[in-house]
Amino acid sequence: MLLIDCPYCGPRPEIEFTYGGEAHRARPADPAALSDEEWAGYLYLRRNPKGRHAERWRHAHGCGRFFNALRDTVSDAFLATYRVNETPPPPTIGPEAAA
Amino acid sequence: MAELLRTLPLADFAPLTGRPVRLVAAAPAARFVLRARGPAAAAAAPALGTPLPAIACRAAVAGELAALWLGPDEWLLLAPAAAGAALHARLVAALGGMAHALTDIGHRQGAMLLSGPAATATLNAGCPLDFDPEAFPVGMCTRTVLARAEVVLWRTGAEAFRIEAGRSFLPYVWRFLEEAATASAAA
Repeated sequence: MLLIDCPYCGPRPEIEFTYGGEAHRARPADPAALSDEEWAGYLYLRRNPKGRHAERWRHAHGCGRFFNALRDTVSDAFLATYRVNETPPPPTIGPEAAA
Repeated sequence: MAELLRTLPLADFAPLTGRPVRLVAAAPAARFVLRARGPAAAAAAPALGTPLPAIACRAAVAGELAALWLGPDEWLLLAPAAAGAALHARLVAALGGMAHALTDIGHRQGAMLLSGPAATATLNAGCPLDFDPEAFPVGMCTRTVLARAEVVLWRTGAEAFRIEAGRSFLPYVWRFLEEAATASAAA
């Protein structure tokens, strides 16, 4: 079973978690000033990268907290997890991991 | 006027004994969920008789009261049913004027007590957590998933667990553990 490292509780089985979409998306300060296309882009368009992806997860059946994760969408490996108010850390596993 | 009677979902379930696993319904309890941060969390300590555990997934016990860490600002408070009203009054007095949420969930969920040498094997039938004493020591508690039902597990002894589950899930969780215990006894 895939283990996900909750920043609060430590490594836990994936069945305790729910996915929360792409991370670090800032809501436009003044939505009324946007064109329909720009607003639709904020609402619906996501990066969907092949490779490293910063995304939100929630430890729904644990501490209940949202946090962010760096995940490789090709290998499904969780490279790092961090709290919502933190900047993405360097990956803890994989070729980019610090020695 | 009709009387409201408190019914207990596990009242008709005979305790499981005489196996490597013992399963009994826990006595009715008072339960509260306290959400608080910083000063409000600290202010609850005198009312409880113990500071709220600050370490993740740990429980603090003071006499018959217990505070279980559920999240960074969330605790499950357990007390004997008869002590619930007094605990509530003490917490309300201690936390007055501070931002917090104190919710009575005493009838929302119930509990059962699982113990015996095969207790961890029985839990592992429906829960992938590592119950090695190093990974899940006595005093550790956590919300998790047991056979697809959300439960709160609290390790109260080397071979003893308290399992809190939603009221309507109690018969299901009980039957699941009963079957798992039979299987682990046969193994």
